[in-house]
Amino acid sequence: MTPDAVQATAQLSPLAAVFFALLGGAISLSTPYLFVSLGECLTERSGRVNLGLEGTMILGAVAAYAVAYHLATAYPGATWLAPWLGVLVAGFVGVGMGWLHAWLCAKDGVNHIAVGIALMIFGVGLAIFLGKPYIQPKAPHLPALALGNWSTYEAVRSAFKINGLFLLGLGLAPAIAWGLGNTRWGMILRMAGESSDAARALGYSVNRVRMLATCAGGFLAGVGGSFLSLYNPGVWAEGLSRGQGLMAVALVIFARWNPRTCLLASLMFGAAEALGPALQAAGLSRGYQLYAAVPAAMTLVIMIATCSTKRTLAGAPAELSVS
Amino acid sequence: MATQGGTAMIAAPPPSVHLAPAEDGASAVASLRAALAPALRAFGLQSAVFLATLVIFGVFLLIIAGKNPLAVYADMWKGSFGTRFSQGATLAKAAPLMLTALCTALPARLGMVVIGNEGALLLGGLTGVVVAQLFGPDMPYVTIPAMLLGGGLAGGIWIALAGALRQFRGVNETISSLLLYYIGLALFNFCVEDLLRDPTSLNKPSTVPIGEANMIGAIQGLPAWFPEMHWGLVIGVVLCLVAAVVMDRSTFGFAARVVGGNVKAARLQGLPITAIVLITCLLAGAAAGMAGVVEMAVAEGKANASLAAGLGFSGILVAFVARQNPLAIIPVAIVFGGITASGGLVQRRHELPDATVDVFTGILFILVLASEVFANRGRQS
Repeated sequence: MTPDAVQATAQLSPLAAVFFALLGGAISLSTPYLFVSLGECLTERSGRVNLGLEGTMILGAVAAYAVAYHLATAYPGATWLAPWLGVLVAGFVGVGMGWLHAWLCAKDGVNHIAVGIALMIFGVGLAIFLGKPYIQPKAPHLPALALGNWSTYEAVRSAFKINGLFLLGLGLAPAIAWGLGNTRWGMILRMAGESSDAARALGYSVNRVRMLATCAGGFLAGVGGSFLSLYNPGVWAEGLSRGQGLMAVALVIFARWNPRTCLLASLMFGAAEALGPALQAAGLSRGYQLYAAVPAAMTLVIMIATCSTKRTLAGAPAELSVS
Repeated sequence: MATQGGTAMIAAPPPSVHLAPAEDGASAVASLRAALAPALRAFGLQSAVFLATLVIFGVFLLIIAGKNPLAVYADMWKGSFGTRFSQGATLAKAAPLMLTALCTALPARLGMVVIGNEGALLLGGLTGVVVAQLFGPDMPYVTIPAMLLGGGLAGGIWIALAGALRQFRGVNETISSLLLYYIGLALFNFCVEDLLRDPTSLNKPSTVPIGEANMIGAIQGLPAWFPEMHWGLVIGVVLCLVAAVVMDRSTFGFAARVVGGNVKAARLQGLPITAIVLITCLLAGAAAGMAGVVEMAVAEGKANASLAAGLGFSGILVAFVARQNPLAIIPVAIVFGGITASGGLVQRRHELPDATVDVFTGILFILVLASEVFANRGRQS
């Protein structure tokens, strides 16, 4: 950054600065929400809730960081590839956690809410345990496209720094929506979520379908976690995930179980996360802590406005017990 | 009945809780035994699960961390139950867990799954600080009960809100209590870092302290061989006992079970379902709110990030492990309190990360939930 750019930042009006911070938040903070909510959406459409994605995410984050660091150290020539392999490994760690969740939930009388909370505590604990040696070393980051270089304003430049995973998620949301609506696998998955009796009658094992859906959801949650450690904030530290995994459950309800709406909702949640720091930077000295509650409050308001004691939420899978 | 080998213990005959035998003079003992039987049965199964956890975690320690599991277990024992000092630490950790577990266990009787315990705990602890500020340091015998009541009320309202949303708007209580936790956490952070912040707390933002006089202290005059206990533990144990009596022995508890079993039947009976839901949620949230006051007034004497350490989330699992039985919550909370208390010693003595005992707890929780399948098999046959 040149001294001119610093000057330019100072000249950006406070309102514009807040706007670009929100835009930047929508682009760069939304990615973990996007992946983890797409994952939760898949799982919930099959008729099961996974509250353990917080643990999955953070375990994925540490796995991605460790893989990227070790690969980049061992093969300095492949530094560009190392973070992407980290993302992949994070996904497979997520599959493992998803499998554990599905295996436990398939048993009679096991409460899936409790399983989710147990996996959250287990995942977070294990991640902190295994992550101890990775607090200091630096792993290579995921690349980003700097699309804002035409601007002299630093706020605009950082807002338009677009990460590869974000682009991937941008394509994934409509792809999943299409797949759920138009493919055989999508139909089977939705059938397990809408009527397990119908799925059973057609000879599909509901538990098996839900297991696959939970594993796929875990994969996406793991990938979402890798974004945290490999891009933004781009370090491994305790408390890396600030509840995005748990919020995913709310986000999916907010998005009415529709992957395309999940994308919009993730952008909104990302912007909301940037709201507090942006207002603080713009000179608002008090109350910015409260803005952390904006996504939760929005979801609650939407639920209060649209729920009814007489029917379930529109768009909710019929077999889902928390709608 | 499938009583083969290892499952024999699980397949014990179902306890006859509601038929107190009144033929002989020992009826009181028999009815006490009947009341305790479900707790003992659950505890028996979980002892087997505990052994399995020791084996799995031992392999984990050996392979991943390269430590001698037996040496680690010896120090876990020492750090949790082995010395008088560690017993005191264990009981101090167990008290808030008992209270937050009630926040899930009471609504469970109505068939509700509440997971917003942490939110009620944080707001309860915060309210305790406010009450202590209002009352001042001169009359702790009034202030401490007022702190508990105020904290209980704050937590109670928070969870009752989730109950009200369910009754009046059909909003699922699991999700709404989770969302209320996030809102409560933001309120808590705002108060700790801004509204009620002690300007002298620089590195770790904290509220103004409640004052030495208003801290919940150790129980004086206990015999020397007795573990150190503070009054928070008494509150936890007493509330668990009261919850057990109310939920298992009172008309209210019976009505709550009817609502949990069959809402239509409850409605036909003319039971005031909404009132039962709201009162139960209020009591549940009050327990978690008091957990916040106890934890705050025993440990730090002020509200800060240490209060948001996840005791509410652990409480959910304590309740599930105790099968939502208030009596079983007491021993389960003591076991998990012991595991948490041993964390420091394990970390110091074996150069292991402080999250080591969390991994142990996680494995234990997962195995306990997996073991439900055996327990249910026993119940059906």
